[in-house]
Amino acid sequence: MSKVTVVDYGLGNLKSVSQALKALGAEPQVTSDPEIVDRAERVILPGVGAFRVAMEALRSQGLSDAVLATAEKGTPILGICLGMQLLFDSSSEFGYTDGLGLIPGKVSPIVSSAPRSPAVRSTHIGWRTLDITPAGRSIRDFGGLRPDTSYYFVHSYGANPLHESDFYASVLYGGQNVCAVAGKENIQGVQFHPEKSAKAGLKVLESFLAI
Amino acid sequence: MGGSASRPVRLVARLDIKGKNLIKGIRFEGLRVVGSPNERARHYYAAGADELLYMDAVASLYGRNSLADLVEEVVQDVFIPITVGGGIRSVSDVRTLLRAGADKVALNTAAIRRPELVTEIAEHFGSQCVVLSVEAKSTSPGKWEAYVDGGRERTGRDVFEWVSEGVEMGAGEVLVTSVDRDGTEKGFDVELLKGLSEISRVPVIASGGMGTVLHGVELMEQSEVDAVAMGRALHYDRLDIPAVRKAMIEAGVAVRKDTLV
Repeated sequence: MSKVTVVDYGLGNLKSVSQALKALGAEPQVTSDPEIVDRAERVILPGVGAFRVAMEALRSQGLSDAVLATAEKGTPILGICLGMQLLFDSSSEFGYTDGLGLIPGKVSPIVSSAPRSPAVRSTHIGWRTLDITPAGRSIRDFGGLRPDTSYYFVHSYGANPLHESDFYASVLYGGQNVCAVAGKENIQGVQFHPEKSAKAGLKVLESFLAI
Repeated sequence: MGGSASRPVRLVARLDIKGKNLIKGIRFEGLRVVGSPNERARHYYAAGADELLYMDAVASLYGRNSLADLVEEVVQDVFIPITVGGGIRSVSDVRTLLRAGADKVALNTAAIRRPELVTEIAEHFGSQCVVLSVEAKSTSPGKWEAYVDGGRERTGRDVFEWVSEGVEMGAGEVLVTSVDRDGTEKGFDVELLKGLSEISRVPVIASGGMGTVLHGVELMEQSEVDAVAMGRALHYDRLDIPAVRKAMIEAGVAVRKDTLV
């Protein structure tokens, strides 16, 4: 059985993530103990919440340092939704906030507030297919991603990887290619919710468990 | 066709729950037990529902939402988003439901009484997690009043005004239930949904009245809604999700296609 540590910072979809991992036969350990995170074989940083509150929670519990330390050791890390955004340098959600800085780039609203058209909602919610980039094709097993399959998104902010090599897959929203999957070496993030994307999503988690 | 083709449209199974039972009334009245919510939820998941909506039908009367246990159980084998509504009054209520496995919460009564609650929840968990649930009752041509407590209590608030305020306060999505159409299976209140979906900058879920595949397709052709909720017709097996999806695809509506394969 694959061991996987799910970081509990008081926000987020812990239950859904751990249930999905259990359905795949893994042994999820949900913890807010920095020492357990530091020793983990694999780490999942889940996410439902606001960037600023999440970073404050990670910092105050010593979890941001633990995630950075384990990342440094090469431990596979998967960020989900907000958990993916936290991997980046900073976000402008509810004021500028520094992130973990594991993947260079910033997090910003997916739809700029100025020219708004009702056809493009500020919150992107729904099942969408992905465009996998050449960088995404080069990763192992494509990270479990399939091009003709839909994944469930719900977000109003999105990550903007600074380097093309970290941009693995995009989703078309409001005429823009919004980052759907990003990564850098042992670090990977998905903007969609694999734990809520039916069988297609479970495949993504399965691929992470196999690393 | 409006802008619906340009964004993904979701097919949502709505489960109104009282205690541990799935119920369904007509215009929120005469609630009848129609089965076990989690059993139906698993069935809808297998049939390719894009999302589930669990509404505690009596929670706001008792002042609390009692769905956490049901949600905690259903997320063991249902891997699609779940929105939970009814009786949610605080950030801590939301935390409990999210920890049980809910993805979003729908707020009505408590938000109307204290709109700041919407902001507090959005600041904690993100706007995408806050659904403003609006029960709309037609009062005169082109006018709708917001109701609370399952269509029982008037608020004196104009629906359009309240939706604008709720979105300003941080709601990331709006669930609009027509009190007049709820449970009737006679079709949506298209005028209401067209009006709201054309001005909303957040997604709109249409609820109340879907009885046939055609009701869904017509709504998509005439409005800009982002999701359609189905309740009674699904629970009584008069409608099934694959048939709705197929009809939407044939009409050129952007829905998830891979569940049919």
